[in-house]
Amino acid sequence: MTQNIHEQNHAKNKTGSVCPGPTTVRGKISIRNVTKNYDPDGANVLALDNCSIEIEAGEFCVIVGPSGCGKTTLLNAIAGFHGISSGEIYLDDELLCSSKKTAVPSADRIVVFQNGSLFPWYTVLENVVYGPDVQAKMSKSQARKAAEELLEQMGLRGILHSYPSEISSGMRRRVEIARAMINNPRVLLMDEPYRAMDALTKTVMHKHLLDIYDASCKTVFFITHDLEEAIFLGSKVYVMTTRPGKIKKLINVDIPRPRDFRTLSSEHYRELKLEAIEAVHEEAKKAFEAGERELA
Amino acid sequence: MQASGENSTKESVGKEEKLSSVELFFYRLKLWLKSSRPYLMVLGLALFLLFWYVTTEVLALPRFEKLPGPTVVLKEWLSRDPDYGISIYTPEYYQHIMKSVMRVLQAFGLATVLGVPLGLFMGWKKTFKDYSFPILETLRPIPMLAWVPLAILMWPSRESAIIYLTFLAAFFATTLNTLLGVESIDEAYFRAAQCLGSKPRHILFRVVLPGALPFIFTGLQISMGVAWFSLVAGEMLAGEYGLGYLIWNSFIMVQYPVIVIAMVTLGAIGWASSSIIRFVGSLLMKWKVREAGL
Amino acid sequence: MTKQKPSYFMGINLRKLRKTIFGKATYRGIVAIIGTIIFWEICSRLNVPVIGMIPPPSLVFNSLSELLRDPDYWESWVVSFQRVFTGFIVAQIIGIPIGLIMGINRHFRELSFPIIEILRPIPPLAWVPTAVIFWPTPEMSITFVTFLGAFFTMVLNILGGVKNVDIRYVRAAISLGSSKTDIFWRIILPATLPSLFTGMTVGMGITWEVVVAAEMIASRSGLGFMTWQSYVAGNYPVIVIGMISIGIAGYISSSFIRLLGGRLTPWLKII
Repeated sequence: MTQNIHEQNHAKNKTGSVCPGPTTVRGKISIRNVTKNYDPDGANVLALDNCSIEIEAGEFCVIVGPSGCGKTTLLNAIAGFHGISSGEIYLDDELLCSSKKTAVPSADRIVVFQNGSLFPWYTVLENVVYGPDVQAKMSKSQARKAAEELLEQMGLRGILHSYPSEISSGMRRRVEIARAMINNPRVLLMDEPYRAMDALTKTVMHKHLLDIYDASCKTVFFITHDLEEAIFLGSKVYVMTTRPGKIKKLINVDIPRPRDFRTLSSEHYRELKLEAIEAVHEEAKKAFEAGERELA
Repeated sequence: MQASGENSTKESVGKEEKLSSVELFFYRLKLWLKSSRPYLMVLGLALFLLFWYVTTEVLALPRFEKLPGPTVVLKEWLSRDPDYGISIYTPEYYQHIMKSVMRVLQAFGLATVLGVPLGLFMGWKKTFKDYSFPILETLRPIPMLAWVPLAILMWPSRESAIIYLTFLAAFFATTLNTLLGVESIDEAYFRAAQCLGSKPRHILFRVVLPGALPFIFTGLQISMGVAWFSLVAGEMLAGEYGLGYLIWNSFIMVQYPVIVIAMVTLGAIGWASSSIIRFVGSLLMKWKVREAGL
Repeated sequence: MTKQKPSYFMGINLRKLRKTIFGKATYRGIVAIIGTIIFWEICSRLNVPVIGMIPPPSLVFNSLSELLRDPDYWESWVVSFQRVFTGFIVAQIIGIPIGLIMGINRHFRELSFPIIEILRPIPPLAWVPTAVIFWPTPEMSITFVTFLGAFFTMVLNILGGVKNVDIRYVRAAISLGSSKTDIFWRIILPATLPSLFTGMTVGMGITWEVVVAAEMIASRSGLGFMTWQSYVAGNYPVIVIGMISIGIAGYISSSFIRLLGGRLTPWLKII
């Protein structure tokens, strides 16, 4: 099993928004009527209210919404960090989680976290090699070689033996993506990964992510509060309401790939952005007035 | 105040030359010597010694005159034939030191070997903590010294009782700090490790242990200090050799300069042992050292 | 809104409190303690080597009922508490200002730091003979040794606290037109309060250690003396009672400090 990004998808599609070939590409997610209730400090909170989303295999799906609307809750349920109160989630037509069953976190749904979670006590190389190491699917030298190749492809060769604290946040995020991709996951779950970055770094990060997506055709489940980011990156953008979270609107972003900064000034992009702003702004105001705080 | 390294030049970190640790050491030394710090340090020490000297020997103020002055102590400490039998030239001095050091090593070693795994496990598995933490918290407020009579009853020999007391003090400090260390680990690291397919033993050795290491080493320093504290108390009450015993004995025998010699020796060894722990910590936690680097 | 408002009474979240008191953790804790007591009793009956030498719970409870009616027992409490609070307060009165000055004034800090670093590793009890020689009364020497124990901890904690004050707060204050006095009293002091209280809690623990030790070595009253005396007199179960009493007394003192600290730093409560 090779981990080279380019070889992870045999049927590369340069112009389509969804990678074809259900037989070669995995990662289809089906979220049906999911509701999540939870109880911090004795206050009953309804986080998600009857959400349903269908994500094709190899699709770049973005959830956008105001703070505290429950989008992270949805991601956590898919990842397996907690359960749901009702409804079901299917991965590749198998039941992933329901009210009776919580998903088990595993390497087929890897999360890239908001504040970064590269292990500070391991070097960049040791971090990337972590997955193959603990899963024992490759020998140590194979894993090392694959990691070095992957990092080289991403242009991160020089920092192999640096610690996360010694490199910039942009590099850290890219390393985290490498750490995920080397395991050939079915789904890449991204929890507002670029939230804390300045706009300039973000443009680099977006390009980087889109390159990886175009080459590997992984299913990406991306959460953000940034509209422009959502439309620029995603094929399908779901707008969520403020708590309790419901799906308010689905925006089909049919801008062809590969996309780059020129897309940002195209007419089509601006139309889509307008459509989304109207939907999100209302929710954002409600959330602001309710004094919503991000609940982890 | 708080300082964090600038990240703007980090993109080219692979191309910059890293200073070797020797070069770094001398560079820092040069900076230090240029500042006012070393001179104020010496001045501060000198003032203290002066104060001590003047009050005890020169002016012989009412209560101070009974205390031994620095010249008396120094003369005694450095003489080949000391009046009270303890100086750097007498073997007894080193015997007492070795006795205390051996006791602390045994107690501290045992406390670490038992305390760190216990703390790690308590932090990792909440169920285990629910059962064990209350017992620890009930026993912890009892001062070490209050255990002395009980320890004498429990253990067949005075020696084991003293080591037990020292062990107990160090054990609580180590376990608690290790526990705190594990609990301080960001949840995200656990989740990331789970996502990447870790089995429980991976989480224990690759997340819990390294994540708690900074706290563990702080705890070990504290526990070393506490160990010395308890040891001295135990030796003063119930020992036959050792620096604590020396202090109490010279007090009873009115050999006051020896008290000061023993106290200073204690201070020096205590400081040295903490420094060794700090040093070992910096070896094991390279990522912290580099994080705090220039 | 679908959020239920948590019910509060005197600033305590009732539902959360109820969950804590009746939760699984408390239940397991009680089970653990009862289990330990039973284990202790069994070891004693079976004469297990080390643990079996401890006076068993049965004897301890017997002695306890007698002791609770003995006024001397309660007298010991009062005496020990007096010593603890005297020494502790002296340590705070001297230690807090010195710590704060060291924190703010760099020159003073560099002047005094080496002496403090040299004197600190010397265990407080090692000072007892020196203190007894120097001070006229045994009470004063106990207070002095107690002071030493708590003083170093306090200074270290305050130093750490001042160092960790985020400089952005100071800068914000300056740009809002604060004078140096303002910055000290309104920014640095409150920001250091948490460390101060940590220092006080730890210092309280050390104070008890020292007072008990001093009572055992050099006094004829107090809980420490009572514990040592019962050993000498062969009244072993009272040793255990003495230990537990001291433990409880220490716990009460630390809790008091922690609560006080919590009241004075309301902004630290994380919801």
